[in-house]
Amino acid sequence: MKPMILEHRAIHAARALALGLALALSVTASAAAIAPGAPAPSFQLHSSASTDLSLGDLKGQVVLINFWASWCGPCRQEMPVLEQLYRKYKAAGFTLLGVNVEPKSADAEGFLKSTPVSFPILFDPDSKVSRLYEVSGMPSTVILDRTGKVRYVHHGYKPGEESEYLDQIRSLVRE
Amino acid sequence: MRPRTVTAALFALTAASHAAVLPDDRADLLWHDWDGGGVTVQGPSILVRKSVTDSLSLAANYYVDMISSASVDVLSTASPYKETRKQGSLSADYLHGNTTYSLGYIESKEPDYVAKTGFFSISESMFGDLTTVSFGYTRGWDRVGEDLHQNGLVSTVWVGDADHRNWQASLSQILTRNLLLGVNFETDESDGYLQSPYRSARYVNPEGLVQTEPQVTPNTRTGNAGSLQLKYYLPWHAALDGNYRLYHDTWGILAHTVGAGYTQPVSTDWTLRGSVRYYRQNAATFYSDLFPFEDSQNFMSRDRELAQFHDLTLGVGASWLFHPGWPRWIEKGTLNLSYNRLHIAYGDFHNWLVGGPPGGVPLYAYDASVTQFFISFWY
Amino acid sequence: MTRRGVGLLAVVATVAAGLLCGCSPLQPWVKPYEREHLADPIMSFDPNPVSDTYLDHVFEVREGARGATGSVGGGCGCN
Repeated sequence: MKPMILEHRAIHAARALALGLALALSVTASAAAIAPGAPAPSFQLHSSASTDLSLGDLKGQVVLINFWASWCGPCRQEMPVLEQLYRKYKAAGFTLLGVNVEPKSADAEGFLKSTPVSFPILFDPDSKVSRLYEVSGMPSTVILDRTGKVRYVHHGYKPGEESEYLDQIRSLVRE
Repeated sequence: MRPRTVTAALFALTAASHAAVLPDDRADLLWHDWDGGGVTVQGPSILVRKSVTDSLSLAANYYVDMISSASVDVLSTASPYKETRKQGSLSADYLHGNTTYSLGYIESKEPDYVAKTGFFSISESMFGDLTTVSFGYTRGWDRVGEDLHQNGLVSTVWVGDADHRNWQASLSQILTRNLLLGVNFETDESDGYLQSPYRSARYVNPEGLVQTEPQVTPNTRTGNAGSLQLKYYLPWHAALDGNYRLYHDTWGILAHTVGAGYTQPVSTDWTLRGSVRYYRQNAATFYSDLFPFEDSQNFMSRDRELAQFHDLTLGVGASWLFHPGWPRWIEKGTLNLSYNRLHIAYGDFHNWLVGGPPGGVPLYAYDASVTQFFISFWY
Repeated sequence: MTRRGVGLLAVVATVAAGLLCGCSPLQPWVKPYEREHLADPIMSFDPNPVSDTYLDHVFEVREGARGATGSVGGGCGCN
């Protein structure tokens, strides 16, 4: 009983259709309110230093907001890199906010004990700010200029991407 | 690529937005042991996987079965034998955006059977990484032989070839923050020499005596399988999973498989697992334990894999997570032990070796122990 | 491949394409920052591929059914 050639063609067609659509439409970017040039939404969150920190307090500084979680591998990889960035440009009017998106802060605090950082860590347990900033990947990084406008958005982290951060922060700090 | 592996890769890192990830770099050294039905099979399975660039991951596997068989089939027609089967495979996974392309080759060699398999699959992560769809195609070429024992020497005669074409489609879907769904479809088309040269069919001759004749199976076989898997996160940090598979083929076999498992971390380093699996199938249309007379059908088989039977497997496992510290490039490791106990009972296959009055020969059933001990490293 | 197999394949492809299409009103309902449970290794469908493949092989050799387990098969004369 030979396999029917007609059915093979149908299989190829179905597969091609699915993949074609998938590949074509996966490129479609959704129009985001968090786009370069748009003003960054303001927020206020509780920080690890037990005080509240509001974005408005940081006007005049270049701000990098990094959304991270202790369960996310690339986020953990990125932390030491962000610490280096913070130390390098702190004096030039740059600040870094690590927004932790976990509902319970115990795991995050445990991670920070083993990998301490000197930049402010904010807690967003209700995902208010994650939703506000349309976080679509973990980790996500949004870089704001001194006027509080969004300038660069990064999704995900791969070792080596910090050179992009360096270039972008350097140019913003000089403005 | 299989949804299970893709899901593992996807959630092991839960990385960049709208992007899939390559499987983890890891090495596994496994020792496996089957003991049951008069057969023991032991051996290693070694896997090494490494990403050579950001987008390319390579893997190699070496597997051995050291078989010592005194099964009912062997004992009824021959004497116990020992045999070794060796298998090697190479595979590559290439990641581009949200798509993973996989290519691989497997070769299995034993004195009387050589099987070569090539596989290709495409896997796409979509819809905010909630969905992963993959399609695969596998092609196999087998050479079937028969070992003949003459004057204390063993020689292999090649009796036929078998061709396999296999298509797989799967979907992996995040349903809620705590629930995962996996759906798999697989179609297998085989043609050529699809039987065992060592098994015979039994019939009753005109004098009422039981004789054997060579079995004849169809030279084509098409089977379709569909399965569903669910995995649920329990609030006290445990996971519950369930699965069901339906199989049907052109030889008339209809099979149901149901399974469930429970995974419970008991400390930061220890995880325990328990599982249960039930399988049942009806017999192939041309199967019979005893045919009424010689050449009674075009196709005749007494292969117990084609009989009506059910089996129940209970399994337990323990896993210990450790951080070796040396060499420094090893991130973490696990030490694992698992034990499965299988009970298989045939509905229409009798153990004629035991003997007995007509109608008093018992149906065949046996228990088996499957033990696995393995160590895994991530780097 | 049977006609039913082709039909099922087409359904899977259409559903996937529909979910993916930006033109659907459906948005991903589990956000990336809500995946802490799903990222746990105990939630993986196959945390130990070598062990799972071996166990699939054990059953495949002794049972009539095969496939739809997630493992890619290779042949053997295991009888």
